[in-house]
Amino acid sequence: MDIEKYIASGILELYIAGALSAEENLDVQHYALQYPEIQKEIEAIEEAMLQLTKSTSPELSDTSFKKVLSRLDDTIPFLPATSEKRIPWASYVGWAASLLLIIGMTWLYLQNNDLKSEIELTNKENEDLQQTITKTQNTIVEKEALLQELRNKNVTVVALGGQKVAPTSFAKAYWNKNKGQGIIDSQGLPTPPAGYTYQIWSLTLDPLTPTSLGLLDNFDTDTSKMFTLPNTNDSQAFGITLEPEGGSPTPTMEQLYVLGTVGHMFLL
Amino acid sequence: MNLDDLIQQFQQKDKIAFEKLYTMYAENICGVINTIIQNPERAEELCQDVFVKIWEKSDSYNPTKGRFFTWILNIARNTAIDELRSKTHKNQKKNLHVHSLVGIFEKREDLNSKVDTIGIQTLLKGLKEKCMLLIDLLYYKGYTQKEVAKELNTPIGTIKTRIRSCISEIRKNMKL
Repeated sequence: MDIEKYIASGILELYIAGALSAEENLDVQHYALQYPEIQKEIEAIEEAMLQLTKSTSPELSDTSFKKVLSRLDDTIPFLPATSEKRIPWASYVGWAASLLLIIGMTWLYLQNNDLKSEIELTNKENEDLQQTITKTQNTIVEKEALLQELRNKNVTVVALGGQKVAPTSFAKAYWNKNKGQGIIDSQGLPTPPAGYTYQIWSLTLDPLTPTSLGLLDNFDTDTSKMFTLPNTNDSQAFGITLEPEGGSPTPTMEQLYVLGTVGHMFLL
Repeated sequence: MNLDDLIQQFQQKDKIAFEKLYTMYAENICGVINTIIQNPERAEELCQDVFVKIWEKSDSYNPTKGRFFTWILNIARNTAIDELRSKTHKNQKKNLHVHSLVGIFEKREDLNSKVDTIGIQTLLKGLKEKCMLLIDLLYYKGYTQKEVAKELNTPIGTIKTRIRSCISEIRKNMKL
């Protein structure tokens, strides 16, 4: 290759101008590497153009490069890939904390509800116990009163023996004549059949005159089987008959369960 | 440090290398722009724009495709030509000489008065207007050899030998 002719062709001037085709550009590069004369000539042409372009420059201020530098950080994104892929821990931790708080609050709420129902239950139990105590106290008072009644010196005890329809039955009448009150202990009577009730009669014997003292109502539910009835009669005997519910005006003698005469056993 | 290493460091976003390149080429870039737009203040601003672009586009420079100077020269003239086409510039209604290098030469003043700088009057001394036109088209307007041949209705071979002789004259003037 004729190097001088190649240089003289003017292709290197066009190379510096950037006016060559890509192909010619590669040729120049290739020859420049191969022939130092060509490389040297390229640098000389460039130097001429550097001088020419420099000669028309305005005077640059001292801050000119600083102004360029100050714009670089704004325009160059730093590590965009890593910052995008960064895991947003703060966000995750925030959500996790919120979730834990919700779980905690719910748990406390449920616990509180449980405790509330427990307190309610205990309160109710307390009430029940209180009622039981009151009931028991009342029962004791009643029993005490009853016992006092039975122990009264004016009380006449009448034993009522079992009759034909119920030979094993028995009852007792505690009659306080002064007070006009009789207490019937009917523990020895069987539970009356449905639709029937026991009726207690005061009897005078000559002539035989029965007077109803009342009904032994709620016989099966009254656990003590002690019935207090008014009796202002001059009773000579007491009898208990089984009568249809509501009682009868006169005793049904066929259903006489127990009978006992006053003074027959004790006269106090 | 040689130019190739400096350019390599700059391409790795080394700001110190970038500043060295700025110091080396700022006046050339600003001079190109000023020759084209003939407005020294605006030229300095555009010159800064060019260096920001150079930094941003550093990856796109490939040493196997041409000289670094050729690469930044291309960015500078494109920026300046865009300015000429912009509204801002048109509104100033400057009556520019069609051929900027001739226009700037005819002002008969040396813009850059630094000691190490050879004045434009010296550099272009004795050059024919045809030479200045050719330099203007190829270096300042970015025409390809084909475009110049078509514009001047001259064969490419003739264009080449003519630009060779024009640049040779400048090189002779440099030694004066």
